[in-house]
Amino acid sequence: MQTDTQASVAPVFAALGEPNRLVLILRLSDGHPQSISQLTAGMDLTRQGVTKHLDVLERARVVAREKVGRETRYRLRAETLTEAGDYLQRASRQWDDAVERLRLLVEE
Amino acid sequence: MTDSIVKTVELKAPVSRVWKALSDHHEFGQWFRVKLDGPFRPGAVSTGKMAFPGYEHYPWRAIVERMEPESHFSFRWHDFDEKSGVAIEDQPMTLVEFRLEPIPDGTRLTITESGFEALPDHRRLEVMRGNTEGWNIQAGHIAAHVCDAN
Repeated sequence: MQTDTQASVAPVFAALGEPNRLVLILRLSDGHPQSISQLTAGMDLTRQGVTKHLDVLERARVVAREKVGRETRYRLRAETLTEAGDYLQRASRQWDDAVERLRLLVEE
Repeated sequence: MTDSIVKTVELKAPVSRVWKALSDHHEFGQWFRVKLDGPFRPGAVSTGKMAFPGYEHYPWRAIVERMEPESHFSFRWHDFDEKSGVAIEDQPMTLVEFRLEPIPDGTRLTITESGFEALPDHRRLEVMRGNTEGWNIQAGHIAAHVCDAN
């Protein structure tokens, strides 16, 4: 899966840009898969609301769905967040390099 | 806004000199490493080819937003994904903003690149329905938190 283009990381950043989704990510960050019921508990959202956010996170590859017996649980895919962070770091370094070339050009 | 890159640099050169290096397409091309087909103009598409070692065949395409002499220069540009088969004009764009301020020894230049969450229009509508304001989230920090927890 290609991860080094903006088109591939854009859905991840979009998924992170919503506070309820961020709460869901943080609640899954200990690595333990959780059910929709567990994730809905303590949130100011309906089960349907939580499900819609989990769908967005799943499409962005931030979470994965798995079945444990008859129950559906969601698991965080930390590698997706790491890839998005790596992408930003690479872009940041490219800017550092460009700024140094700009400095060489304008400072006499 | 989700994530953005911000670079603040103090250059020992007058604002007019820095402005020229940003807004003159020949000079911009020298330090940004792109060979541009023509001058920058507000609202106009800028085309060219990257001059980065190893990426010489990558196209450059940007849409200039604001040009306020010696103050503000901004454009939206494409990160070209040649492997996807999607035409460059259908690729997402980020916003790059240059702000210039005079300081005693020269110029303070602030570069901001934002909009990494940009999606094709049909997806953006879905995201906007859920967005609220006031969150500035660093994906890297979240990844670090998650990796530490794991």
